[in-house]
Amino acid sequence: MRKEEINFQKSDNFNRTMIPGTFARKMRTCVIWQFIRFVAINIKMIVVVGKSH
Amino acid sequence: MARLVVLGGGVAGHTAATFAAKWLGSAHEVVVVTPNAKWNWIPSNIWVGVGQMTKEEVTFDLAGVYAKAGITYKQAKAVSLNPEGDTSSDKPFVTIEYTGQDKVGESENVEYDYILNATGPKLNFDATPGLGDGKGQMGDHTVSVCTADHAVHAAHKLQEAIEKMKKGERQKFLIGTGHGMCTCQGAAFEYIFNIEHELRKAGVRDMADMKWISNESFLGDFGMGGLHLKVGGYVVSSKLFAESLFAERDVEWLIGAHTSKVEAGKVEYELLDGSKGEEEFDFAMLIPPFAGVGIKAYDKAGEDITDTVFAPNGFMKVDANYGAGAYENWKASDWPRTYQNPTYSNMFAAGIAFAPPHIISKPMSSPNGTPINPTPPRTGMPSGIIGKAVAHSICDLIKKGDSAHLHEASMAEMGAACVASAGKGIFTGTAAAMTVYPVVPDFEKYPGTGRDTDYTFGEIGLAGHWIKHILHHLFIYKAKLQPGWTLIPE
Repeated sequence: MRKEEINFQKSDNFNRTMIPGTFARKMRTCVIWQFIRFVAINIKMIVVVGKSH
Repeated sequence: MARLVVLGGGVAGHTAATFAAKWLGSAHEVVVVTPNAKWNWIPSNIWVGVGQMTKEEVTFDLAGVYAKAGITYKQAKAVSLNPEGDTSSDKPFVTIEYTGQDKVGESENVEYDYILNATGPKLNFDATPGLGDGKGQMGDHTVSVCTADHAVHAAHKLQEAIEKMKKGERQKFLIGTGHGMCTCQGAAFEYIFNIEHELRKAGVRDMADMKWISNESFLGDFGMGGLHLKVGGYVVSSKLFAESLFAERDVEWLIGAHTSKVEAGKVEYELLDGSKGEEEFDFAMLIPPFAGVGIKAYDKAGEDITDTVFAPNGFMKVDANYGAGAYENWKASDWPRTYQNPTYSNMFAAGIAFAPPHIISKPMSSPNGTPINPTPPRTGMPSGIIGKAVAHSICDLIKKGDSAHLHEASMAEMGAACVASAGKGIFTGTAAAMTVYPVVPDFEKYPGTGRDTDYTFGEIGLAGHWIKHILHHLFIYKAKLQPGWTLIPE
């Protein structure tokens, strides 16, 4: 059984949602990808801050 | 010379007072009345609560900062307002009681031309039997991260639990809300995943059972009726986003729950379907409900007019539509724009201290009539923006006269950025970074989700975690009024 599939069997609540797989989890801590996301999130947040003032 | 009195030195009050002092200069006086000696960057209390930061890293002394800004600082709590003065004077005043500055217990009447109520909330632990100590303070059975001192206490208790697990004793963690009418689910959400991270780091995660208990009718409501995010080409509900995170981290949940009683190692609860149950715990952090701080108000003759100035929950009435009625009639335009009291035009409220027109989430109650729904969040970014807008209005009123245009900051036209971390290490922690625009959904402007999905988004990863670190340092830098502080947005 794949690691990400183990928790599905632990409860009905878990069984009815989605759980990220290996690739999605790796990307969360991939420094290069996260640096790109850091720039993108900052731009979006600055726009939201700008629209709010 | 005009005098502005700001009640409270939190995000809203501190922002308003510091900007007002800068804009008014020495020609007018700004007075801050706050019972606290220290300013606290509350979002980082989460890291204090898991032992990853000290109290000193999230607080600093207010006296020096206010002296630098030319603000008169009174370490005291507001007791009552006399917006018409009294029989001896027409000048409005606030009665305060000192909590420090070598005057503990002394009372003083502070006259004002304008007053801003930014007291924040009373942490109403006693609303739930056993959650409080019966004297208005936190009880012995649970912990809290609402103040830096609470968070230090929570970290000690967490460490004790970890030591027990290392000795082979299984522990049950229960985190969430301590009443059916709580807000600030986001703080509890962040805390439970920080604990989960710390338990993994300590190598004892397999010895812990973790459970979330909340008054939200669905996971991911966050007191905002949930939100919709663009993920992987889909627009999805925050319910799926939150449930996925809980399932991934093996954290069970109990939602739609009113915590009705707390005892040593056990809570009693009532669910939205009317059923009742019990949940045992070894470690519990339950957020208390919020209420107004209990300021009374009197007219010139000394008659009690508290009901005129404040809503029944103790928060100050402002320019909101309090007569919206049923959920079906609620509109974004019900939310206040200027935060001016409708009875006394020189009185304003900001941050948690203003009375919202109604909740944001869909109102729910059990068949027994127990209301179980989150109350609206108005902390952090919205608090700061509202505080600054109100300061701007008051400064214009002082400088330009009563005809000055009031500045507006409706939560239905304002976004918010939320970063919920899990862990603190630069490369080992992650965070759920979210923005929501607007905070209060506007279904007339954005039919469907009520929000602009281009600017309402969320994702999990290191990037959000780095932003959390930056925000910690940036906002403490700003609050200390270091060079360039006005350039940092709220």
